[in-house]
Amino acid sequence: MRLEYFEMIDRVVSWEEARLTADAQVPEASPVFEGHFPGFPLMPGVLMIETMAQACGWLMLARSGFTRMALLAKVGEAKLRGMVKPGATLTVTAELVHDGSGYAVLKGTLAEGSTRVAEAELTLRTMAFPSPELEAGVRARAAVIGLSA
Amino acid sequence: MSPAAPDQTFETIADIISETANVDRAKITPEAHVINDLGIDSLDFLDIVFEIDKRFGIKVPVEAWTEQVNSGKAPAEQFFVMGPLAERIEELVAAKQA
Repeated sequence: MRLEYFEMIDRVVSWEEARLTADAQVPEASPVFEGHFPGFPLMPGVLMIETMAQACGWLMLARSGFTRMALLAKVGEAKLRGMVKPGATLTVTAELVHDGSGYAVLKGTLAEGSTRVAEAELTLRTMAFPSPELEAGVRARAAVIGLSA
Repeated sequence: MSPAAPDQTFETIADIISETANVDRAKITPEAHVINDLGIDSLDFLDIVFEIDKRFGIKVPVEAWTEQVNSGKAPAEQFFVMGPLAERIEELVAAKQA
């Protein structure tokens, strides 16, 4: 993970029609931890949600054959069950609940080992890429995390 | 579908809108425009469509509807006024059952 660049997913372990699993290694050091919190660094809850949202987004991108972008529209039923500290190794899952027209609803989870630390129901808008630059950037990032375009 | 089904479809959609977007149920008439009259924004509309999809077991083709409106092929009222909207939902349900 590079928190300050919003690169939350390190590697996609597997994906199929309605489910994606990924790894995310929380860095030992990040400017984010300087403020959150001084003397007691923790991964911010909003970034835990962002991590789940990105896993959901990658699933929707892969399902579309990388023809459609997915953007977070709604966070529901979010539960931050545990604190995530620097150096933690996280497993992120995204599970499709419903694929609608122009939107999708997914369930995201975040676990450290066998302990679930977060979960949420995430609604994403899905749409054609608004710019070729974004599409190219997304495809390049997908290759880095092992998600074939 | 039984003759009572169209009214029931309207009632179901009206209940969904009232509950999902916190709209006064009395304001939701067959003539009401979901955006102009009921004040539904795009995110609330997305929630409403999700509930309709689930409740009726269909996939409301919002993108195709929007494309038709934006390209001038169909008036917005055909999809976004409550009475016609209920008719479109009935058509989708009937098409799925056929």
